[in-house]
Amino acid sequence: MKKEEIIIHLENVSRYYHMGETIVKAVDGISLSVKKGDFVAVMGPSGSGKSTSMHLIGSLDVPTKGHIFLDGHDISSLHESDLAQIRGKNIGFIFQQFNLIPTLTVKENVMLPLSLQGISEEEREIKVNALLKKMELSERANHFPNQISGGQQQRVAIARALANDPEVILADEPTGNLDTKTGEIVMEHLEKLNDEGKTIVMVTHSPELAKEYADIVYWLKDGKIEKITTKKSKSMKKIGKWEGD
Amino acid sequence: MNYFLFALRNLKRKGVRSWLTLLGICIGIAAVVSLISLGSGLQEAVLSQFGVGSTEVITVQASGGFMGPPGSEVVTPLTLDDVNAINGVSSVDFAYRENILTGQMEYNDILGIGYATTIPLDYIKEYYEINEVKIEYGRLLKKGDSRKILLGFNFYNGKTNGFERTILPGKQVLINDEIFNVIGILEKTGSFLYDSAVFMLESDMDSISDKGDNADIITVKVKNKDLMNRTKIDIEKLLRKRRDVKVGGEDFSVSTPESSLDQVNQILGAIQVFVIIIASISIVIGAVGIVNTMTTSVLERRKEIGIMKSVGARNSQIFSQFFIESGFLGFIGGGIGVLLGISLGYIGTGMINNFIGSDTLPIINFSLIFFSLFGSFLIGALAGIFPAMKAAKQNPVQALSS
Repeated sequence: MKKEEIIIHLENVSRYYHMGETIVKAVDGISLSVKKGDFVAVMGPSGSGKSTSMHLIGSLDVPTKGHIFLDGHDISSLHESDLAQIRGKNIGFIFQQFNLIPTLTVKENVMLPLSLQGISEEEREIKVNALLKKMELSERANHFPNQISGGQQQRVAIARALANDPEVILADEPTGNLDTKTGEIVMEHLEKLNDEGKTIVMVTHSPELAKEYADIVYWLKDGKIEKITTKKSKSMKKIGKWEGD
Repeated sequence: MNYFLFALRNLKRKGVRSWLTLLGICIGIAAVVSLISLGSGLQEAVLSQFGVGSTEVITVQASGGFMGPPGSEVVTPLTLDDVNAINGVSSVDFAYRENILTGQMEYNDILGIGYATTIPLDYIKEYYEINEVKIEYGRLLKKGDSRKILLGFNFYNGKTNGFERTILPGKQVLINDEIFNVIGILEKTGSFLYDSAVFMLESDMDSISDKGDNADIITVKVKNKDLMNRTKIDIEKLLRKRRDVKVGGEDFSVSTPESSLDQVNQILGAIQVFVIIIASISIVIGAVGIVNTMTTSVLERRKEIGIMKSVGARNSQIFSQFFIESGFLGFIGGGIGVLLGISLGYIGTGMINNFIGSDTLPIINFSLIFFSLFGSFLIGALAGIFPAMKAAKQNPVQALSS
């Protein structure tokens, strides 16, 4: 059963970049809320501010204006060291290009967030082995990223994102570099995580993916929210019926 | 986080570049280690030439000779009168003269050039005690012997003595065309000065040279080791008066074992300092190489830095990673340098031993090794500070998109 508690809240958030004398408004006055356990998709054309929004939510960047609340805490003006803690403990990232560390094995990549948080070796071993088993990667534990397929790399990225058991998973085009079938497998994993209570925020170019998996879809254009479509219930999601379409 | 494992993997990834980078530190450390261990070994080798006995005596020589052994071509030689005057100094136990003659020796129809030194007639026993002379074959010279000589150990072996035949007691040799009987071969001392010398009584040297009353070296035994410095001062005052010279204008030298050693140490020390300065330049260049490599590494690994930040790495952790990696580069370079330096130390000391006939080994100081390794890590780490700071300050979003 999904909780109604808001886990992510953006309040009139803007992110501007100064390019000489020009100001680029990547995100311009966005306000949105994500409830715990939601599966949210963020869509829009190139340059609409999708990735910037993702970076702001994930504390990889700080807003020029506005406030960002994560689990009730304002993270808008925190120092980098605090933001790093938030990224490490509360958020898991999954990127389009997998972004694994090439000099670390599969196991070591998954273990990295735990190492950075100072978790003991014993506990790390237990958690990582469980995650590798969950993602069906146990046999690849000692392989390096260049020795496994794209789909497997993305599963490693998912395992890594789950290492510190974060509440929020941010997925930036998670199937963008994968073939259709492999992409489906990855999406099934994300759906399963959502069913287990994780909040998923996914950036995607694919309306089909968004409609199939997301509870809410934010459509961005020119850094603003153009429209929001929602599902009334899970069953509505399954049959492709959306409010706001 | 296992910084060292990460550092090692990254260094291996850029194999050739890593090796070239640590070469500078390696050469510098090798130079420093080899020179310090060589220097210590050289010091030992040089000291061994003085012999153990010489630590108990003062040596007086006339100065001004340019070439040849002590006393040769000096303007105002020391004399027997000076010996007698020194014997009158209250803290002196006894003093005797030694003369050294450069000449030719013939044996087995082969001519060789060498030098002979005298044993004082009145202090034969004391001479043997002071110089720790021990016989290997035959017997020692004694009062009353005439046209008899002792030879240093290097004369024994026919394969290395230059005469192509072993010389044993009972053999005859020609010294400056005069026949002498070999009465004994001395034990090997490891000192070139003794092992290659011919020893004869004063009376025999007088008959084949024109030394007359001259004294090439005056050897002075003090009554008490604690009186060494005072005796030195007294002898200097005495000789200044006798030779009518002022302080600072002496035409003689009075050396205690300590002052001789100080002179040797000063020269060796100056050489070491000079070479260490040169070696340090190599280390500095090595450090610059590390700065260059790490800066390039930061640029190449921007994305990796972004990934690490996205999974929770703090700036301090990123900094530590690159800082340790840089230190590791220095440490590996230093480690190889230490091994190379020790090898060079052994080779160099072997060459010195061959040259001056000593038996010493390089002195491998373990604190030197420790400080070399620690120092190389530190140099590497310090060289990596700015690249590490640059890495830590990377903007995660920009880094991820690079």
